[in-house]
Amino acid sequence: MVKEFAVPFHWRKFKERYQFIGSKCGHCGEHFYPKREICPKCRRTGKMEHVQFSGIGKVYSYTIIRTPPEGFKAYVPYVIAIVELEEGTKVLSQVVDCKPEDVTIGMDLHMCFRKIRSEHDSGLVLYGFKFKPVK
Amino acid sequence: MTEDSRLKRDVAVIGVGQTKFGEHWSQSMREMAVEAGVKAVEDAGISGHDIQMIIGGNMSSGMFTGQEHSSALLADYLGLNPIPAIRTEAACSSGALAMRVGILAIASGMYDFVAVGGVEKMTDIYGPQATTALSGAMDYDTEAYFGATFPGIYALMAQRHMHQYKTTREQLAMVAVKNHENGFLNPVAQYRKKITVGDVLASPMVADPLRLLDCSPITDGAATVILASADMAKKYTDTPVYVKATAQASDTLSLFSRRDITTLDATVEAARRAYSQAKLTPKDIDMAEVHDCFTIAEICAYEDLGFAKKGEGGKLMQSGQTTLGGKIPINTSGGLKSKGHPVGATGIAQIIEIVKQLRGDAGKRQVNGAEIGMTHNVGGSGATAVVHILSRNR
Repeated sequence: MVKEFAVPFHWRKFKERYQFIGSKCGHCGEHFYPKREICPKCRRTGKMEHVQFSGIGKVYSYTIIRTPPEGFKAYVPYVIAIVELEEGTKVLSQVVDCKPEDVTIGMDLHMCFRKIRSEHDSGLVLYGFKFKPVK
Repeated sequence: MTEDSRLKRDVAVIGVGQTKFGEHWSQSMREMAVEAGVKAVEDAGISGHDIQMIIGGNMSSGMFTGQEHSSALLADYLGLNPIPAIRTEAACSSGALAMRVGILAIASGMYDFVAVGGVEKMTDIYGPQATTALSGAMDYDTEAYFGATFPGIYALMAQRHMHQYKTTREQLAMVAVKNHENGFLNPVAQYRKKITVGDVLASPMVADPLRLLDCSPITDGAATVILASADMAKKYTDTPVYVKATAQASDTLSLFSRRDITTLDATVEAARRAYSQAKLTPKDIDMAEVHDCFTIAEICAYEDLGFAKKGEGGKLMQSGQTTLGGKIPINTSGGLKSKGHPVGATGIAQIIEIVKQLRGDAGKRQVNGAEIGMTHNVGGSGATAVVHILSRNR
């Protein structure tokens, strides 16, 4: 069952994936990625605001994917990491522009904008953030 | 946070049945479900006419076989129309969820006999497609979109567990070795083959540090349990197995959003509720079937269910106390690793192993004097956790 999504599925995520926009709770100040309408702690006490992340962070944990899902065969082996952002929020992303074996926990990273993959039949090219080491 | 109330009346398991787990190229989803259902009805000594409702756990028949709406389909092929049929879905914990809903249905007083089952047909598509289907259990928008895989998500947990608690690569391998030792003794297991730590460490890397033999396999299979109100149960069997607790908790789908990626808070919470319902502690549990979809998952389960202190799951594995004959045997069935992991059926198969142990029917895998057993079924990387406690005594 190969899935091929229509354009709106990707288009409505552009701000989150291309500009790295998330949300911040106006009550407790916690940042979230992806954006949320309701703070899990304050529920509806606080109003959620949009926030743009700085894109600076560190490797919290990582792995090297050697058996890919559909659409990622051309990129193997690639690094998937949980990145701890300076705002305290964590995100999942690929780490690129280095040898997979050189990635370590605690490594300093900053965000870059890259192609993620393309849809097979429509040829739609999907982009998003990845992270690379601070040189 | 609201607490669970007591069940309004007691519920018992009176019959169990399952297919062998493996690659069943000659059997379709509905055929496997019928095989398991008939075996369970025969084991219970009831008739199909007695069954008032069926509940079937299934993760993704649509992705795996193109077929949704498995609830009514299975009621039809089991010859049970027009009774109500429900499908439960919570990724790899879909089966335990069926068990839980069945228990609640009987405890409510509406029904006396409910068949709960699970089925997954996973080998009708090719490997990468199956990987994609299983990816649906994680947060699509923020994990799968970026190329994460299921082994990859558990690898992130393993890497951090090893970093924080000095859990060793060998300790992870020992989980697979132990579960294959147990599965070797289980006639329904997919892989009845003993392996060594060396075999695990020499198997191909899937997502560092997890290798092929750290991963549960792709499996076809179905499993069914017949539930009855405890008052009715004694009429059908001399060895009913009683439900002492049914507990469930939820957490974020995305691993990165969790408080701590080395702890499944949903498991901790479901276990806390289960122990509270049953008025028991981890020391009272004689054996448990835990969700070892990857070796690291069993290490985390030891800690999250209270069998080991936080960070000491690897040491508990190494101590040998979780092997057959140890203080707390874990996954006597072979676990997901060796018995196989047809995702929707797994939660029910775990119940079946504990029922067999408590009836004294586990053959060479029998835990001596088994009185109380636990099952632990996880959906995704821990967004859903379901814990059941079963006992020989009401």
